[in-house]
Amino acid sequence: MAERERRHTSPTGGVFIARSKVLSDADVQRALTRLAHEIIERNHGLDGVVLMGLQTGGVWLARRLADLLHRIDPAAEVPVTTLDVAFYRDDIGLRPVLPEAVTDIPLDLTGRTVVLVDDVLFTGRTIRAALQALHDYGRPRAVQLAVMIDRGHRELPIRPDYVGKNLPTRRDEVVDVSEDGVVLGDLVPKGAGPKGPGSKGLVR
Amino acid sequence: MVVKGGRVVDSTGSRAADVVVVDGRIAAIGDGLDGDEVLDAGGCVVAPGLVDLHTHLRQPGREEAETVETGSRAAALGGYTAVVAMPNTEPAIDSAAVVREVLELGRAARLCDVHAAGAITVGRAGDRLAPLAEMAALGVRLFTDDGNGVQDSRLMRRAMEYAKPLGAVLAQHCEDAGLAGGGHMHEGAWSSRLGIPGQPSEAEELMVMRDIALARLTGARVHFQHLSTAGSIAMVRAARRAGLPVTAEATTHHFTLTHEACSSYDPVFKVNPPLRTSEDVEAVKGGLRDGTVDAIATDHAPHAPEQKELPFDQAPPGMLGLETALALALTELALPIEEVLALMSWRPAALAGLDEHGGPLAPGRPANLCVIDPTATWTVDPGALASRSRNTPYAGRRLTGRVRHTVLHGEPVVVDGEATR
Amino acid sequence: MKHLLSIDDLGADGIEEVLRLTASFVEVSSRAIPKVPALRGKTVVSLFFEDSTRTRLSFETAARRLSADTMNFAVASSSVKKGESLRDTVETVEAMGIDALVVRHGSAGVPQQVASWIDASVINAGDGWHEHPTQALLDCYTIRTELDRPFDSLHVGIVGDVKHSRVARSDVLALTALGARVTLVAPGTLLPPSLEGWPVEVAHDLDEVLPKLDVAYLLRMQLERQEDGLVPSLREYSACYGLDIARARRLPEHALVMHPGPMNRGVEITADVAALPRTVITRQVANGVAVRMAVLFLLLGSGVVA
Repeated sequence: MAERERRHTSPTGGVFIARSKVLSDADVQRALTRLAHEIIERNHGLDGVVLMGLQTGGVWLARRLADLLHRIDPAAEVPVTTLDVAFYRDDIGLRPVLPEAVTDIPLDLTGRTVVLVDDVLFTGRTIRAALQALHDYGRPRAVQLAVMIDRGHRELPIRPDYVGKNLPTRRDEVVDVSEDGVVLGDLVPKGAGPKGPGSKGLVR
Repeated sequence: MVVKGGRVVDSTGSRAADVVVVDGRIAAIGDGLDGDEVLDAGGCVVAPGLVDLHTHLRQPGREEAETVETGSRAAALGGYTAVVAMPNTEPAIDSAAVVREVLELGRAARLCDVHAAGAITVGRAGDRLAPLAEMAALGVRLFTDDGNGVQDSRLMRRAMEYAKPLGAVLAQHCEDAGLAGGGHMHEGAWSSRLGIPGQPSEAEELMVMRDIALARLTGARVHFQHLSTAGSIAMVRAARRAGLPVTAEATTHHFTLTHEACSSYDPVFKVNPPLRTSEDVEAVKGGLRDGTVDAIATDHAPHAPEQKELPFDQAPPGMLGLETALALALTELALPIEEVLALMSWRPAALAGLDEHGGPLAPGRPANLCVIDPTATWTVDPGALASRSRNTPYAGRRLTGRVRHTVLHGEPVVVDGEATR
Repeated sequence: MKHLLSIDDLGADGIEEVLRLTASFVEVSSRAIPKVPALRGKTVVSLFFEDSTRTRLSFETAARRLSADTMNFAVASSSVKKGESLRDTVETVEAMGIDALVVRHGSAGVPQQVASWIDASVINAGDGWHEHPTQALLDCYTIRTELDRPFDSLHVGIVGDVKHSRVARSDVLALTALGARVTLVAPGTLLPPSLEGWPVEVAHDLDEVLPKLDVAYLLRMQLERQEDGLVPSLREYSACYGLDIARARRLPEHALVMHPGPMNRGVEITADVAALPRTVITRQVANGVAVRMAVLFLLLGSGVVA
C-alpha cells in the first residue's frame, strides 16, 4: 500500500527518505507468527479459510502467513489468492490509479472465511474497495482483516481483526513495509532532499 | 482632397510627394500641396490601387457566403481598386444579362471597380462555347471556366481561335479532371499519411503543357490562373523564353502555405489547386521574383462557416484572400515594395486591360490609389474581416503592412483602415 | 491523455500501457459477473456515421462492463443528411452531458475535428482511410498473447488494399512503434501514392514473402475496388494475393493468420484457411472488448496526470 502511494501520489514521483526503523525483519517474522496463531484461534482451526493478499503490498505477507499456517498445522491447505482493487476505488479521478497486477481468485468464495491481508491500514478506503470487489466473487461466510501496521487516520468505519503493530503517525508520513522490516519516513519530491550517499540512508 | 506626406511609388519610380485629387482625377503631384480634405499618408507609400485578377464575389447565387458589396468592401480594405469577378456564380456569368447584373451590383456598391470575367463555355460545363463576343461588347476581356479547367482539347483550341480576334484573354484553371480524380489535397507524403485522396501535381501540369502547345498552335494568348507547382512554373518559364504569348498568376496561399497545414484536417486549408510542397512554394516565389509569374492574385473564395465545418473531403475548396494578400506579399516575399506593387497593381491591370488602374500616377490620370503603411503590424482575426465569410487560413497570424486609405475614382472608400460605407 | 485519435497519440509507451491494462480487463471479462464500477456515473456515447454493428457493440460492451452509461446515435439511419453541419450534430450530443464520444465516420479527420469542438474525450473508431487505433491495439494484444515473442523479433506482413485501409495505417504505426518489421504486400494500385516516412518494406510477390512471416495480416478486399478499375477483377486479385490452403502451408509453423473482419471468403481468404487453428480472427474479436475497456479506463477512469 505504501509502495503504491509512493509511486503514484506525486506527479513527479518522489524519493522515500527513511527517518526511523520501527520493526526489524525479525520483528516482522515474530509478528506474522503471532498473527498466524491468532487466525487459527479465532477461526477454531483453518477450515474454509482463504488468504487474500491485496496487490501489491499484501501479497508477500499473505504468502508468508500461508507458510506459517502450514508449519503450525501441516494438514490444513490454505489457498492464497490475490486481489487488485484498482477498478473499485472511490477516489478514481482524484488520484492516479492503475492496476498493479492481475487479480487471481481461482475458486468460489461462497461459504468461506476470507482473510484480507495488507501491509498498512490507513484510511480504510482500500479495504472498502476490496469488500466491494469480493462481492463479485461470491458470498463469503465471513471476511476478516489482517494488517502488519495500523497507522491510524481512518476515514471509514473499518477495523482490523489482526494487527502486527499499532503505529501512530502523522498524516504526511510514509510507512514502508518490506522483508527488511518496517520503516517510517517522508516522501520527498524528486530533486529536493539531502544529497548524500544513497537516498535511503537511515537516520536515527 | 490631398494625400499628404507619403512616398509616391508607381511603375515610373518613387519620390516623396503629396497628391492632390480633384473630380476623380489626379490634379497635381508635388511638395507642400494642400486641399480641403486631408488624408494623412505620413510614413506611408502612396501607390496605384491594387488589381485582383481572380476574385469570387459569389453573387448571384451564393449570397450567404459573400455579395458583390461585401466582397468589394473586403477588396477596398485590402487596397484593391479593381477586381475581376470569377464567373462560377449561379447562374454562371456566361451571357450579357448576367454580366450586366454583376457590373450593376459593383457600380451600386461603389467600393471597388468590379469587372466580370465571362465563362468560356456555356454554364462552365465544358461542352460548347459561350457567347464571348456578346460579353466582350460589354467590356469583358478575361474569360475562364474557373472552378474547372476546359477538359476538351478541341474545344479549347476553338475557344482560343475565336477569342484571339476579339482581343480577349482566355484564362485557364489548370486541372485535368481524370488525373485529379476528385482529390481533396496534394497527392504526396501528407495525403498518404492522412488518408485523404489527393491530386498529383501532374494534374495541373498536364493542362499547362497542353495549353502552351495550343498557344503555339493558335497564336492566341493564354493566361494561367493560380499556378501552384514547380513543374508548371518551369514550363511557363521555358514557354516565355520561346516567345509564346503566355502569362501567369499565383495566389498568396501558394507561396505561404504547404500541404502540411492539412494535417489538422481543418477544411480552411482545403483549396483548388491544393497547397503543395515546400519545393513548390519556393518555385512559386522564384517565379514571382524573376518575372515568370506576372501577377499575384488572391483567388478570394468565401464559404459560409457551416460549409467549412464539414468533414475535409466534403467541404468546398477555397480560402479568403482580399484583406490579407498585400501584407502577406510584403512579409513573405522579401521583395522591395516596388516589386510587390508591380505584381499586385500595374502588371495585373495591364493583363486585364484596365487602363484606369495600375497608374502611373500623374496629373490627369484617374485617382485610384491605395495608401500603405509598410511597418504597421496586425494580427488576423477572422471575425474582424469585412468579408461575409470567415475562412481565412491565417487566423491568428501576425502580419506587417497594412492599408491605411483607399481612394476610388477620387473618392475615399477606406479611411484609417475603415470602410467609409 | 484526453483523446485517442491516432496511434501516434500513444507512442510505444502508451501502447505498452494499454496492452498491460488489457490483461487485467481480460480477467474481468472472464468472471461470472464481468463488471467493475470503475466508470460508474460516466456516460459514453457512440456516434457512428458508418454502419458497423460489431465495433459499436464492442465499444458498448466495454463501456457497460466498466459500469458506464451508454448512448447510441446511429447517425447513418437518422435524419442527419449529408451536408448538415457536423458541428451542430456533435454539439447537440454533448449538450446532453457526456464524458466520451466514440466516433466512426467515412471521412478522414472527423474525430480530430470533433475533438476541437467539444470538451468530452473522443475515441476514433475508424475515420475514412485514416486510422482505426483500437483495432491496431487489439491486433497487437492478440499477437503478443498468441505468439509470446518480443515484437522486435517479429516480421508482420500486411496483405491487400493498404491504400484504402485505416486498419493498415494504424497497424503500421503500432507495430513499428513496438519494433516489429512490417512488409506491405499489394498490387501497385493498392499502395498509398507515397510511402515517404513509412518504416516499412514493400513486396508484390506474396508466395515469396510468406515463409518469412510470423503474422500474415489480411486486409479486406472490397468489390468497389474492381468497379473503380483498381484491379482488373477480384478473381485476379485472389489468384495473386488470396490466402488459400496451399499458401497457408508456406507460412512457418507458428505463424498466425489475422484479419480485421468481416471476411470476404473466397477473395482474400478461403473458408478452409479461415477455419485453421492458426487463424485467430475470433480471438481478435474477443480481445477487442478488453482492449476497448483498457482505452476507456485510461481516458476516463485512471486519473493519471496527462
